[in-house]
Amino acid sequence: MKRAQLVTGLILVGAVIVAALISLVWTPYDPIQVVPGQRLLGPGWPHLLGTDGFGIDIFSRLLVGARTTLIVGIISVGIAAVIGVPLGMLAGQVGGWLDQLVMRVSDVVYAFPALLLAILLASVFGASTLTAMVAIGVASIPAFARVARAGTLQVVASDFVLAARGAGTSRWGIAVRHVGPNIAPVVGVQASVGFATAILAEAALSYLGLGTPRPTPTWGNMLRDAQQYLFVAPLQAVWPGLAIAVAVLGFNLLGDGLRDYLDPRLREVP
Amino acid sequence: MTEPLYRAEALTRTFTTSGRVVPALAGVDLELARGGRLGIVGESGSGKSTLVRLLAGLDRPTGGKVWFEGREISALPERELGFLRASVQLVFQDPRSSLNPRMRVGQIITEPLRSRLVRRQLPADVDHQQRLAEVLAAVDLPPDAADRYPHEFSGGQRQRIAIARALAPKPDVLIADEPVSALDVSVRAQVLNLLTDLVTSAGLTLIVVSHDLMVVRHLCDQLAVMRAGRIVEAGPTASIYADPQQDYTQALLAAVPRIRSTGRDQS
Repeated sequence: MKRAQLVTGLILVGAVIVAALISLVWTPYDPIQVVPGQRLLGPGWPHLLGTDGFGIDIFSRLLVGARTTLIVGIISVGIAAVIGVPLGMLAGQVGGWLDQLVMRVSDVVYAFPALLLAILLASVFGASTLTAMVAIGVASIPAFARVARAGTLQVVASDFVLAARGAGTSRWGIAVRHVGPNIAPVVGVQASVGFATAILAEAALSYLGLGTPRPTPTWGNMLRDAQQYLFVAPLQAVWPGLAIAVAVLGFNLLGDGLRDYLDPRLREVP
Repeated sequence: MTEPLYRAEALTRTFTTSGRVVPALAGVDLELARGGRLGIVGESGSGKSTLVRLLAGLDRPTGGKVWFEGREISALPERELGFLRASVQLVFQDPRSSLNPRMRVGQIITEPLRSRLVRRQLPADVDHQQRLAEVLAAVDLPPDAADRYPHEFSGGQRQRIAIARALAPKPDVLIADEPVSALDVSVRAQVLNLLTDLVTSAGLTLIVVSHDLMVVRHLCDQLAVMRAGRIVEAGPTASIYADPQQDYTQALLAAVPRIRSTGRDQS
């Protein structure tokens, strides 16, 4: 049963990755070039999922959109993990006022809506994929810092860290050899769940026009485009919506599946 | 009289948890000569583990002083404790938690040799692989154990790994905190005998903490009985067993058969 979650997650995530990879070398039609003569076609042949209000093949745009989605996910999770995990480890290992400082600042960032940050960045630097990634990444730092700190506290309290200190291992050595490898699983789970959050956030930002601007296709700005034809061609909104749902569900299932799979309490029992 | 290896004076350690002040050690004086084998016994919460952590320099006293080889370790910063780290090694109660599950046994055992603090105290030409093979042989583990992970071993074998790690930097002092309490009764004797042999052959100074009086009697020639953060009785093991002076010690000794028969110490 637990495996089913993991496998389903892997399949869905795999589908998104495959779509993104295919789009690198091939799409059925040009995903950007406007074709005035074939606007708002329904699903069928040769345009599998029909065309949008600019006459562009929707399937092609979905494939390229997967790429944008993954890049945004990777970069924003990367930003969050690279900053959040060391901060959390530092807070957990040093403790005291530094711990308090890191966690209170993290609370403030956590309370600050990502959307507001994105609006801020977009109004200063202009809306782009980059500002969306930075906004999502910064907003996700607290989640990583908390997970890393909680894991670190657990590891630091263990006898093997006490033994390492007794063996003269420095704090740096304890962080690298003991804390890091032992919190890697929980950080991995957080990365997967964070990926889902990032995809959703990117779609929301693009939908609001604060993310990737046209003509670059993303699932979010496809939804935005589809909105004005909602009563004429409702299926337009269904395809990108479905793609977002698949990706978010996939990464969430993968995260939950990994959590169960890596849970030592479930694994250690013979 | 020569300076004892360990000396502690009026040692106190209090913990503050959510505003409440809990004294774990309430003034302990201690002397241990080189080559001595000291057993520290007492009930749970009597301060035994706190005391050995202070002796090992893993915690700082809130009052009093500890000297090791004539140097006041309770006043030295961590970076100057290399001599202590190289000479004093620990074995913990539960080898399931005292060995990092994500390190190979070889890495675990050579960790003390690789730390910068300890390395400076050792001869420069220590061959890690050779030393690893030596200590694995000393604790009766096969040489190929080094490439495996702790979870592939039984509890008794894991405690042997922990002992091997403690022996790796050729320490002068071995501190064992409840070394066999977490082990099956069937392997306790093996590990105790191994400890006895190793301590004898290497001429180690030994400090053993236990709530099990049989363990201490087996390993130690001196005994300190602790209660509520103080040493209430101390002296040669044999004489304390023969003629306990304190009511508390008498009660502890009298409790031995009862504890055994109810199997309480296996929980």
